[in-house]
Amino acid sequence: MTTHVLGDTGILTSRSLRHILRSPDTIITTAVTPIALMLLFVYVFGGAINTGSDESYINYMLPGILLITIASGIAYTAYRLFLDLQGGIFERFQSMPIARSSVLWAHVLTSLAANLVSVGIVIGVALIMGFRTGASVAAWLAVAGILILFTLALTWVAVIAGLSAKTVDGASAFSYPLIFLPFISSAFAPTDSMPGPVAWFAENQPVTSIVNTIRALFAQQPVGSDVWIALAWLLGILVVAYAFAIAIYRRKIS
Amino acid sequence: MRERAENGEPDMTTNQALEPAIRVQGIEKSFKDLHVLRGVDFDVRTGSIFALLGSNGAGKTTLVRILSTLLKADAGTATVHGFDVAAKPGDVRESISLTGQFAAVDEVLTGRENLVLVAKLRHLKNPRAIADDLLARFSLTEAGNRKASTYSGGMRRRLDIAMSLIGNPPIIFLDEPTTGLDPQARIEVWQTVKKLAGQGTTVLLTTQYLDEAEQLADRIAILHKGTIIQNGTLAELKRLLPPAKVEYVEKQPSLEDVFLALVGDTDETDTADDDRSYGTVPARKEPR
Repeated sequence: MTTHVLGDTGILTSRSLRHILRSPDTIITTAVTPIALMLLFVYVFGGAINTGSDESYINYMLPGILLITIASGIAYTAYRLFLDLQGGIFERFQSMPIARSSVLWAHVLTSLAANLVSVGIVIGVALIMGFRTGASVAAWLAVAGILILFTLALTWVAVIAGLSAKTVDGASAFSYPLIFLPFISSAFAPTDSMPGPVAWFAENQPVTSIVNTIRALFAQQPVGSDVWIALAWLLGILVVAYAFAIAIYRRKIS
Repeated sequence: MRERAENGEPDMTTNQALEPAIRVQGIEKSFKDLHVLRGVDFDVRTGSIFALLGSNGAGKTTLVRILSTLLKADAGTATVHGFDVAAKPGDVRESISLTGQFAAVDEVLTGRENLVLVAKLRHLKNPRAIADDLLARFSLTEAGNRKASTYSGGMRRRLDIAMSLIGNPPIIFLDEPTTGLDPQARIEVWQTVKKLAGQGTTVLLTTQYLDEAEQLADRIAILHKGTIIQNGTLAELKRLLPPAKVEYVEKQPSLEDVFLALVGDTDETDTADDDRSYGTVPARKEPR
């Protein structure tokens, strides 16, 4: 049975990708909020924010916007998983001779694909709005790697939410704090402009190190220790969320 | 059903030699304080239709979930197609198909895509040909390219059952296959089930509709408060009550009378006759 893991995951992934293609509004909705935020910050608040650097404000805030895009996108992953559980198709899959982990992995891979498309759309709009970077191919790949890791980590958090939610609203509500987290970080304003306790929180939460790393990569500056802190956070969240999700899944299917 | 009784039992000795398709022994299951199954025993003969009859909350679905490896029993053993459900769940899954209480179709996909999906997941060759064949068999060819969300309840249930047949599993579980269907759709499902059993598939179906068990089943087991309180053919069950009571008209007790007498709830027997016509059954309250 395990020999079918890849094949079964592929079949089920193409199924849920088809769901997204049939309702592209999920990708558009995911991209619309970050784009609106980007317009708001660049053309309304941005002029009043002193970032302490020569970079244009859109260059400064794009990393944070990309994280918000992903944080809102994974809500749909929890939502789709929840609907499968509700509708009975999940039980059908579980009673069939298919690799059991495939059902979850299909949702995870779909989440990755959908979020990368949303991120691509947001970057496209940012380019139109004046975002510029001289980043090398290697730097772009590093940014992509961090965003993929971020998506995977949050996707497994979404899997926990999707598996344990009791209502549709519950399945997606968990993402609100995640969407909010970048606002209390270095994403939109330097942390040293914030009052003590807030600044302490902002400097020590995962988003700041991730934002600083991506920003440095785009600006062709050294990433410093931020990249290691960011990677530690991302891998830590990924491992913990994965372990929790699998434990819940096991309990659910046994 | 009557035809089946004749061709289905060519001679008793070979049937007894055959291992039953499903064997359930002493199955118990509790959810926290709720003791849902309290030691369930029964056998289902290969190629027969076996109806598990019971009210809402009697534990029918729990039992089906245990037999289809979705749930683990607290005690007891069950074998399906010769495989122990706890020790060999993978082999059990190869031998069965489950049609759950809620039509488990993917509403975003078309009917054809649903069938192709299941055929691929069962690792069969020519999934498209299988899908076309099943669409034709279930009169869904014209609707095949429409999203399943546009289907009527009956069509959706037909698609659901069609998905279950892919790969020709020898044993099929149907959990309340006609709940929520209109009379026409119910009859369609009944015809499908009869056809299936006619081709040698073993069918275990659960139902709360007495006429459904009466129409379809070779054997009927009544699950009440977590145990099987009666198990037999329709004729055997009917014999449990005096064969006829003389009123203004002489009438045979219906299965419903037997059921209510066994379950010990008599306040609704006066509706028994009205319920015989297909369709208008669901409004009854089930005894607890």
